[in-house]
Amino acid sequence: MKRRQAALVVRIAVLAALVILLEISCRTGTIDPLTVIPPSDMVAAMIHEIGSGELNASIKATFSTILLAFVLAIGLGVATGALIHRLPRLCDVADPLLASYYSVPTFIFYPLLVALLGLGKAPLVVLGVLSATPAVMIGTLSGLDGVAPVLMKLARVHRLTPARTFCWIVLPAALPHPFTGFKLALSYALIGVIAGEFILSGTGLGYAISFAYQSFDNPTMYGVMLFVLLVAVIANGVLYVWEGRLARRRSRG
Amino acid sequence: MNAQSQLSLSEVVRRFDGPPAVQALGPVNLEIRRGEFFSIVGPSGCGKSTLLDLVAGLARPTSGSVRFEGEELHGQVPDGIGVVFQEDASMPWLSVRQNVGFGLRTSGLPKKEVADRVDHAIRFMGLAQFADHYPAQLSGGMRQRVCIARTLVLRPRLILLDEPFGALDQQTRLLMGDELLRLWRETGASVLLITHALDEAAMLSDRVGVMSARPGRFIDMVETGWPRDRDSRVVSDARFGSLTGRLWSSLRDESLKAMGRVA
Amino acid sequence: MGGATGAPTFTGMSDPSLQSARAGLTARRLRAFDTIVLVLVLLALWHVVSKGTHGVAISPPLQTLIYLFSLLQTSGFWDHAVTTLEAFALAFALSALLGLGLGLFLGGRRFAGEVIEPILAGFYTIPKVTLYPVVLLLFGLGMSAKVFFGVIHGLVPMTLFTLGAVRNLPPVLVRTARALRLSPQRTIRWVLVPACLPDIINGLRISFSLSFLGVLIGEMFSSQRGLGFLLVNGMAQNNVPLSTAVVTVIVVIAIAANTLMLRVGRRFARRGDAAGG
Repeated sequence: MKRRQAALVVRIAVLAALVILLEISCRTGTIDPLTVIPPSDMVAAMIHEIGSGELNASIKATFSTILLAFVLAIGLGVATGALIHRLPRLCDVADPLLASYYSVPTFIFYPLLVALLGLGKAPLVVLGVLSATPAVMIGTLSGLDGVAPVLMKLARVHRLTPARTFCWIVLPAALPHPFTGFKLALSYALIGVIAGEFILSGTGLGYAISFAYQSFDNPTMYGVMLFVLLVAVIANGVLYVWEGRLARRRSRG
Repeated sequence: MNAQSQLSLSEVVRRFDGPPAVQALGPVNLEIRRGEFFSIVGPSGCGKSTLLDLVAGLARPTSGSVRFEGEELHGQVPDGIGVVFQEDASMPWLSVRQNVGFGLRTSGLPKKEVADRVDHAIRFMGLAQFADHYPAQLSGGMRQRVCIARTLVLRPRLILLDEPFGALDQQTRLLMGDELLRLWRETGASVLLITHALDEAAMLSDRVGVMSARPGRFIDMVETGWPRDRDSRVVSDARFGSLTGRLWSSLRDESLKAMGRVA
Repeated sequence: MGGATGAPTFTGMSDPSLQSARAGLTARRLRAFDTIVLVLVLLALWHVVSKGTHGVAISPPLQTLIYLFSLLQTSGFWDHAVTTLEAFALAFALSALLGLGLGLFLGGRRFAGEVIEPILAGFYTIPKVTLYPVVLLLFGLGMSAKVFFGVIHGLVPMTLFTLGAVRNLPPVLVRTARALRLSPQRTIRWVLVPACLPDIINGLRISFSLSFLGVLIGEMFSSQRGLGFLLVNGMAQNNVPLSTAVVTVIVVIAIAANTLMLRVGRRFARRGDAAGG
């Protein structure tokens, strides 16, 4: 326990040192202030952008898109995962495909999606779903695989209904694998949506960054960038901690 | 030091700095004769494995000396010692044959000699049929046999085994015990076996040392008096029961002590 | 896998290897058949979607194939392809070597690894596209920017996988090397590297895909050359067969490389999963 805390302290110190180094380099001109602005200015810009309410529409657009993609991915992924699990032949075939899925840069389909669905929310949602669903599928599959057959026998010995078998045996036994899939799904949905907004969109935080860049408005660009990065780190961090708690509870019990 | 001694431990103590600082072992005095089969039994955590590390030269004593064939060990593994570890030490990326021959890679022996020794060891340990298989395809017992064969090709004069049969079922253990005796007789090496199984120690050894709870010291030395050509059937000998009984009566209190400390 | 107790002669059971090999062959044939069926289904789906949308976004499979054939014969296409290849090769090489070195270091030094690993894992979850403007501001438009994109995508997974490989080394292997009195160099070459190899190859595989992705996105965003640019340009000019063809090329390359590395990885891994994995 002490070691973990020590690592945390050192980690924070390292990050702080890097930020301070960046701040000093920018202020002294070692780094051209036209390229990178000092971190303190980035924070100021971020606060200003959010405070002024200019960003509200973008924030709403991006977050709602990510959430929608995330929810759809979970629904689709769990359903497909469960379906594949029941059909062993499908399982064998799907396995190598799933293994290769994430080697394909899903992003290259984005222009196709825009051509198909127009320049709105739809292609972004689809992109997010395309990126996130397989992670959920893989998590669901590995979770269901992890339910020891002896537990299913136990359910039959206790004459549990299918619903109870699912809630009392399958679900607890399968976790935390699906949860890892959910965590990855959020990560991928976020990355997919923001990347899409960045490259080819009219709204959203990704677009805001791109627009600021092209308008040579560095402060705004860095401000929004910082916001997006913080959101990503915090969201993933929270899920990571939950995942850890889930795993630890199981290994102790 | 006795001229017949192959291995000699004198006032050996091993302390770990921690935190917390703990004396894991000692003081320990031990002499092992050439060609002797010596077992050590003791409660969990008494320092048996630490002792093995010291004898092998994998660790240095905090004080005291360890001598192998008259030479003091200074933290390196001397020539002539073979070690079989408790965990599976087979290399998953090599076939059985390659695993067994692994130790001879640095020997400088001609290829034919190496191949001969490897073949002999493989046949001796009953692995001929699986020579070109990989460890992942074998059971735990077979993998341990691979590790023993790997030690065998080196023609060690002292063989150290750290609970090598711990992960196996009882019947496999009994048969592996016979294997070990066969090995011992054929190679003429001395054997130092660490085990938590009293019956195994009683059945296989010429002499058994009983260790106390941590820090481990020898609290009893039991001579079994078995003939050299024994096998697992000594379990039916009348003396076997009394030997095991004596070991347990020495050990029981120490085990309770160790449990109390752990729990 | 059953034990081989039994007769004292220890000849084991009656040739299990032949039985499992036969079972493995039938399973493999079945899987190959099913895979072909699935691929055909996907192609059919592709065709239906393309026809259904009147070729406004994707062109049908057959047409794409024909177009691709002629495309592969133009020097223009190959100029773009080579540009991408150059940037990718450099990005991947840098990611692999730096990642390997960093991973070995962090895996070996426990505390440093514990400190740095969460930072790397956190970086992994960031939408790195948002950093592209910074890269462009620093490097300008051109090859170095593209390579940098590739590296920021490919470096971290390589490091994490290598770190994991070193950290998960069973200590008994190191003790075995010492008990056999191997020199440090030999310990590394004969024991540590082979033991870490499967995870390192996995890291290379992931790093490959991600460096490729990074370079492509860079080209889509800010380049006048390369496959990524070709794709976006095709869309902009409404040249649907072109963009579909480029997407197909990219997908085929990605899957082929990934499958190849999976196979290589399996060969080096714990050999002997009964059905061949």
